Amino acid sequence: MSSIESTDVLVIGSGFGGAITAYHLAAGGARVTILERGPWLNGTDFDQDFKFGSSTTRAFDFVIGDGMSVLGGNCVGGGSVVYFAAMPRAPRFVFERHGSIGRRMWPSAISRDTLEPWYDRVAEALPVTQQEWRNVPYAGGLWAAACDHAGRTANPVPIAIDEDKCTNCNWMMSGCRFDAKRSLLLNYLPAAISHGTEIRPLHEVQHLTRNADGSYRVHYTVVDEVDYRVEVASGAIDAQLVVVAAGAGATPVILQRSAPHLGQMPAAVGRYFSGNGERLNTAVLDDDRVRDVLGLDRGNGAAYQAYQIGKGPAVASWDRLDAALPEYERYSLEQLYFPPGFGTILAQVPDASGPTWFGIEKKEMIRKWQSWLTIFIMSEDDNEGVFGDVPPSGNAVRLSQQMLSRGPLQYRPTANTLRGWAAADAEIRDILERDGLARVMPWTNDLVGAYTVHPLASCRIGDDPATSALDDRHELRGHPGIFVTDGSAVPGALTVNPAMTIAALAERAVPGIVRAARDRGVAVSYGAPAPSGETAARRPALQQVGVRRT
Amino acid sequence: MTLEAYADTILPGEKRWPEDHAVAGVSVGGGSAAGGAFEVLRSPEGGMEPILETLADQLNEHAVRFAAERGLVPDPTLPPFVALAYPERVALIQELTATGHGERELWVSLAMFSTIAFDSASHLPTLEALATGHPGLATLGYFPPDADGLWRFPAYSYGRPLARPHPDTTPSGSPA
Repeated sequence: MSSIESTDVLVIGSGFGGAITAYHLAAGGARVTILERGPWLNGTDFDQDFKFGSSTTRAFDFVIGDGMSVLGGNCVGGGSVVYFAAMPRAPRFVFERHGSIGRRMWPSAISRDTLEPWYDRVAEALPVTQQEWRNVPYAGGLWAAACDHAGRTANPVPIAIDEDKCTNCNWMMSGCRFDAKRSLLLNYLPAAISHGTEIRPLHEVQHLTRNADGSYRVHYTVVDEVDYRVEVASGAIDAQLVVVAAGAGATPVILQRSAPHLGQMPAAVGRYFSGNGERLNTAVLDDDRVRDVLGLDRGNGAAYQAYQIGKGPAVASWDRLDAALPEYERYSLEQLYFPPGFGTILAQVPDASGPTWFGIEKKEMIRKWQSWLTIFIMSEDDNEGVFGDVPPSGNAVRLSQQMLSRGPLQYRPTANTLRGWAAADAEIRDILERDGLARVMPWTNDLVGAYTVHPLASCRIGDDPATSALDDRHELRGHPGIFVTDGSAVPGALTVNPAMTIAALAERAVPGIVRAARDRGVAVSYGAPAPSGETAARRPALQQVGVRRT
Repeated sequence: MTLEAYADTILPGEKRWPEDHAVAGVSVGGGSAAGGAFEVLRSPEGGMEPILETLADQLNEHAVRFAAERGLVPDPTLPPFVALAYPERVALIQELTATGHGERELWVSLAMFSTIAFDSASHLPTLEALATGHPGLATLGYFPPDADGLWRFPAYSYGRPLARPHPDTTPSGSPA
């Protein structure tokens, strides 16, 4: 008799793709186990501290690749714990994109209209709310005023933040100390646990094998809670069905490492990676001009000088999210905050006479840090990323005890991507350098290549088996019973923050996963309410999948 | 001393004492060296410690070559990189971190840790760094926390509409 543990559904990763599917499957009666490679932190575990070993490095991951660095979550709750909780829906044209494959890259079954009910479910669950101007922090207000002055529009972005609890501390990347940020720790995950889901932190899945009866065996190692480079145990769990949601930087690596055991993977596993077309510009504002030109005043003698205050991105300009514009020339421009360290090294000195990213002038630029304004470009890239050789374990070779790794992702931006970046850079300059408000420079791509906080598309859905790894139900082609529901499933760049779309796609995938689980003998049904028990958004979603509830 | 000189080239500071050769003294206020670059590099968490000695040796080998190529006669009592004047240190680091240089990843990593030491004092609890006047956080003008050690900004917004929203904004507040 086998001593291997077993469960009905094994979920790899506890971010949006894992938490949402785990909740619905557990609520429907399945036995669900989540393996999460990061630690399990809550409330007071979230340190407002830059020290190595605080939650800042425990829960965050920075993987340097060849031409692309990926920043993401590494904890129970995944990206939702370290994200900035900006939750716009993707514009309609995104779903019609062709990218570089000459045909619509999204499955024909998915459009903005068909995804809308699933967006609604996520909005109800987290919840996501509209931000009011009175809650927009200074940096967002400054960006809005500058856009307005330049004849552009600007929107407070929808957010998953409880404004009553938010202190505008801007420590979001280290986790939210005040439970104001509506991470998955506050909705889907506790609801999943209440339905019997077991979450095992510090469990890093390495590969999958297939059992004789068609079920899967998921092989993991347990990493040390302080030094993630150290393996303290290993094991395996059998499951009828596996949901892979390790994030776009890890899901393809796990599948590639499994290929010798499971058989060939679809060609799109580990290809078509998108960095969501991301790029940053840092402006240094002239406080007197901010007051004189924009009429802004904090009432304490400063017009702005408040980079540190806020809650990540609050305001975005969506003027270029226009379906009539050519593909690769559409982008959003969102005000953003980045903490010191990460947020300073790549920033370049405007008008530098010497080196742009270090040296005397860089230090002088840092003296003006509170007058910085960071503008985040999310554009249409060309799915250029390809994962190279599979690392010995995990998704990358860990360089530090925590946070810093070297990964196998290769990325060379095409002329299309570069054209979009250049257009966006020019527009930011036009807005912020107008009337002497600021001087602006993009972050350098010469040190660690491009970078993204929103990795996507490395194991994507689609109708064409040649250019997609998953069918439109998120099942891995040629490997029945393996589903992928994280950012890797998104076909391409979204031009806005992707968490809302990743979450909506996971919601949309659940009915099909439930059906597949039932076909594999798991006693599970579909139809749970939102994690809080709300049901308003359930009916339209049920209608779309043809499930009747009396 | 060699790696402190590297850090001081990335984010320079004033000399910490008269005979402070690692710090070139080209900037007012503390720089990366005073900010704890060596402590950060040496910390077990960072993962750089095992290769620091090799890095320093390699950097000095590059400095010897760099000086010879330019006919410079460095002070023999100092490590060769430390013996370079600030502009020469800059030129050498630009060379080592340039796209296409075989060792650039190492030198970029060293620059990253030098930056992190200065900007975020990652070898110290942030409250302690602020209380002891860490030069990097002071240079940033990093606002201190409340008395209980947590950050809150009750005054945070201009409090009024500052732009027209996009005309096609949907009822959920998203782009159309």
